[in-house]
Amino acid sequence: MSSYKLKTSISPHIRSKQSVSKIMWTVNLSLMPVFLFSIYNFGIQALFVTLTCVISCVLIEALCLRLRGKPIDTVFDGSAVLTGILLAFNLPPDVPLWIPAVGSIVAIGVAKQAFGGLGYNIFNPALAARCFLLSAWPVEMTTWQVHGITGATPLGIFKEKGMSYLLTQFSSQSDMYSKLFSGNIGGCIGETSVILLILGSLLLFYKKIIRWHTPVAYISFVFILGWLFGGQKGFLSGDPLFYIFSGGLFLGALYMATDMVTTPLTNKGKFIFGLGCGLLTFLIRKFGSYPEGVSYSILLMNTATPIIDRYIKNRKFGNPKGKK
Amino acid sequence: MKSKNIINLQTFTGGIHPHLDKSLTGRKKFKPIKLPSKVRLPLSQHIGAPSKPVVKVGDIVKEGQVIAEASGFVSVPLHASISGKITAIKKFPVCSGKHSMCIEITNTETKTEINSTENTNDWKKFTPDQLKTMVEEAGIVGLGGAAFPTHVKLSPPNNKKIDIVIGNGVECEPYLDADRNTMVSSPDKVIGGIQIVMKILGCGKGAVGIESDTPDAINAMSQKTENISSINIVPLKLKYPQGAEKQLIYAVTKKEVPCGGLPMDVGVVVINVGTAVAIYDAVVYSKPLYERNMTIAGNCLNESVNINVRVGALLNDIIDEIGGFKTLPSKIILGGPMMGQTVYLLDIPVTKGTSGILCLNEKEISIFKMGACIRCGKCLDICPMGISPAQIAQAIEFNNTDIAQQLGVFDCMECGCCTYVCPSNREIVQLIKLAKQQIKNKG
Ligand code: SF4
Ligand code: SF4
Repeated sequence: MSSYKLKTSISPHIRSKQSVSKIMWTVNLSLMPVFLFSIYNFGIQALFVTLTCVISCVLIEALCLRLRGKPIDTVFDGSAVLTGILLAFNLPPDVPLWIPAVGSIVAIGVAKQAFGGLGYNIFNPALAARCFLLSAWPVEMTTWQVHGITGATPLGIFKEKGMSYLLTQFSSQSDMYSKLFSGNIGGCIGETSVILLILGSLLLFYKKIIRWHTPVAYISFVFILGWLFGGQKGFLSGDPLFYIFSGGLFLGALYMATDMVTTPLTNKGKFIFGLGCGLLTFLIRKFGSYPEGVSYSILLMNTATPIIDRYIKNRKFGNPKGKK
Repeated sequence: MKSKNIINLQTFTGGIHPHLDKSLTGRKKFKPIKLPSKVRLPLSQHIGAPSKPVVKVGDIVKEGQVIAEASGFVSVPLHASISGKITAIKKFPVCSGKHSMCIEITNTETKTEINSTENTNDWKKFTPDQLKTMVEEAGIVGLGGAAFPTHVKLSPPNNKKIDIVIGNGVECEPYLDADRNTMVSSPDKVIGGIQIVMKILGCGKGAVGIESDTPDAINAMSQKTENISSINIVPLKLKYPQGAEKQLIYAVTKKEVPCGGLPMDVGVVVINVGTAVAIYDAVVYSKPLYERNMTIAGNCLNESVNINVRVGALLNDIIDEIGGFKTLPSKIILGGPMMGQTVYLLDIPVTKGTSGILCLNEKEISIFKMGACIRCGKCLDICPMGISPAQIAQAIEFNNTDIAQQLGVFDCMECGCCTYVCPSNREIVQLIKLAKQQIKNKG
């Protein structure tokens, strides 16, 4: 009987069914409503930009893995596709197509693979690429169109000309809110439709892929700061709803600031990360030279992640309260 | 207050719900099996010093007779689990994968008369010290898996007052189903054993924690304690690793055993329900510990069963006796799938600490490729000890045992939840075990 070939290993001998690629593909899936809407809202150009991003991200991922001598099967783990989609979602719909291609090289080649690949990158690859593109080609990166008409984003108009002028662009204040919420406005490909972003993220909350801590801290802090100090007529004159629904806040808070690799491990840490992003976003929008600050805020907070993880720990079981 | 509301069940923080359940044994009753014709009793099947043989090859022994005595306080005597002749005292392969000193008994007669239960004692007439001696002489160790000598557990230093004895009726490992059976088939023995322990420790309160997926055990135990106000049956929410001492204590009492501390530091002693039965048998029937209940399960067996096995019986013989293999096993585990130990051959004996034998086929075991940590935070969320498995594993990977120690590697109880949940298949607890060993070896 001892002739059986028995395998030995150290416990545990069973594993959950979760896997990295399941997580990544679920996130990709949750972004589909926004993707479809972007084609409706911006036209076929949005599709081309997104496809360019996804295809070039996957190709560059394969190339990098090859060059690094790593197994190439992780190309389809969904993470390169996700970076592609998120990069596209952070680009204006009518950029020339070489821009997304260059962006993908930066995202995958520099921000991800040069740091050691999935799990080792410090910066969110899509955001790193977007910020690179924004400083290298500011004109191409800030030319907006809605239904073929060139114009600025609501945040841009607000920053340049103020709220009262912005309101003249809409039939009423509630019309503005509803357009902001539904996404029927100008902006980056994937950032405009707040409702669909929330809808998609529900799947991720349900699957416990993302936690509420970062998005709630982030969005509510921007809400509060925008309300208190965001107005142009002094304290408490801000329009908090406009503050949170405009720009890329929901895309950033739900999909970029919740990126596992580049954000803190603990839930407490995630909350602090969200607050930090909220503060920085507000400061950049209010005092910076760009109308929007979501990308830079998240990237800046990415650098704070190791410090947060170092000092913010879960409470150990059996540790008296208050002691480290 | 014996009927409990099932709505707000108590539990602990963290933990997981493994996807496997106990359906294989089908919650079956114990199946009677023939006595083995040969047993091999390792001299070291408990934590502590190995027992010293008091028999020699050729001796004829009777079931229940002492064949090796304790050597020191943290040690226990060993009893013959079948009647027969001592055929060898030498090194044989054991479950750890090594060879270890065993006493082999071969049954010469075809039938053994069982040490009958004619004279029963009333445990109430013994003093606590007498009771403790009886436990010690019966060679009782924790049957939950750790196999720590029970009399040591029952001898806390004078400055530690024990206020509650908790019976561990939580069998949180998937597949394992024997403790439930024990509670259903002999609830009075379980209760009796706990009462004896309470008397030994001079403590007035007892409780038994049982998970809500075993309503039959909860019912059987609740019925028996109807008129015993000092013992409370506490139904608990289903979760792994609730059977771990510290987690069970928290679930039942909401007290946290301090880091690096023992249950007695919060005035608790935990006794596995199987151990409670052994204690009762030792005191009331003068029967030492030489058999135990266990689950034998797996898809490659013809039948998965709960059985009562003589200590020292060989895996080979047990599996043949219950019907043999249906398909070739790929992995055989002693204990549960979360914390059990694999063996590489079947020619080894079960010990007092073996809670189950799992025979898994090719499909039930998968080979996993370990990836990089994607920092999903899952392992931190579920770690019942509240440490950071991800960061500890990373530190160990970079050979940074100092940092691993700072991060609390020794607080890890090796429940394996972190490895179970990790989407990247990181062998976190495996790395942790390795590091603990390395650090200990360093001194
Ligand atoms: S680190 Fe240790 S205690 Fe925590 S989940 Fe992993 S094995 Fe369990
Ligand atoms: S579960 Fe695995 S991938 Fe997730 S944080 Fe822990 S070690 Fe990293």
